[in-house]
Amino acid sequence: MVRLITHNMLACHVKNCTKDNFPLVFSEVELVIRESEANYDFLRRFMPKLDWPALVDTARSLGDETLPDDQPEEWTDEQLQALHHVLMEMHVEEGNMTCRGCGHVYPISNGIPNMLLAEHEVGR
Amino acid sequence: MSRPEEIAPPEVFYGDTEATKYTQNTRIQSIQAQMTARALELLALPEDEVAFLLDIGCGSGLSGEMLDEEGHIWVGCDIAPSMLEVALEREVEGDLFLHDIGQGFGFRPGTFDGAISISVIQWLLNADATSHSPTQRLTRFFTTLHASLRNPSRAVFQFYPSSDDQVHMITSAAQRAGFGGGLVVDYPNSRKARKMYLVLMVGSQEVPKGLDGEEMAVQGKNGVGAERKKEEVRNERRRRKEEGKSRKGKKETTGKEWVMKKKELYRVRGKEGVPRDSRYTARKRRVQF
Repeated sequence: MVRLITHNMLACHVKNCTKDNFPLVFSEVELVIRESEANYDFLRRFMPKLDWPALVDTARSLGDETLPDDQPEEWTDEQLQALHHVLMEMHVEEGNMTCRGCGHVYPISNGIPNMLLAEHEVGR
Repeated sequence: MSRPEEIAPPEVFYGDTEATKYTQNTRIQSIQAQMTARALELLALPEDEVAFLLDIGCGSGLSGEMLDEEGHIWVGCDIAPSMLEVALEREVEGDLFLHDIGQGFGFRPGTFDGAISISVIQWLLNADATSHSPTQRLTRFFTTLHASLRNPSRAVFQFYPSSDDQVHMITSAAQRAGFGGGLVVDYPNSRKARKMYLVLMVGSQEVPKGLDGEEMAVQGKNGVGAERKKEEVRNERRRRKEEGKSRKGKKETTGKEWVMKKKELYRVRGKEGVPRDSRYTARKRRVQF
């Protein structure tokens, strides 16, 4: 149940991994679409927090091409619906998330990513 | 009151049986719901706005369900896989993570509009592995949480400390991480209903007040609580002084009292062969000559 809204907020938290630790790269993904009600107000307020290039790249790697390259200034309802679909309705059920910086793999099984670190990877 | 954190590490204690038990128990359900509602109240989110929240130690999603009802979007994390499985079965809306909060969060700065945590952070005070250091884990947890919260926002933790030292340890760690805020005690005069909430704030805000039947008691880090403590210290000193004065006069204890006190002391210390008490204990002997 990793939605892209969460994925877009998630960076690698391994010790001393500060470069290229965002976004985590999906691989061997099993995708499930679950429809939900759109809340455009929330999306509008949430937009400043989004990392747009990361979101577009991730969405494309998962096979969704509906988002434009640049974050639009003015949003049409269609675009908002597309954004809602990408952020809230695409759930990654199985697969791996890999950090590009340190190469740590966070496996996702049954919709739950395992974020546990080994002892030597924990930051102080 | 039983304390599960003294029995086993969380991921072990909340195994399959305990997880289902926990979730099916209607009493736990209602208490959790009450505490979540109160935590949400303390969180003081702007009304009619959907917020992006973090549920720390979401467990089987009892608190998450409340967040769903309020319409919030949330992310939950827990260290017990069995609890998360139950949460999946219950089809909560939030994203779930298997995560040890003592290892810190990896969320980007300013992500969340708030965080809640129900009956969780006392677990952080345990060292379940040789490499665990509670202070270090607390610090790591609070600093990374502080970073991932928006400014201004709040984080509300309901927790069960076993002693004042634990409260101090947690609050000082939070303070060092840059949080403001303090402790809110609901129903401080009732042993059963008494609940502690740690309300942490990013940015400058005011600490809310605790609930009770008649009178209020808010233990802030400064203000009312500190003032009262000072008063108590002063009284204590005066009392000790007076006691000292009277002791200088005549010894109040008789010989028998003294002997009884000593015997009691030996028994408490577990000394062997302390004679039993009888009517002959410490009796007066007749003069021999």
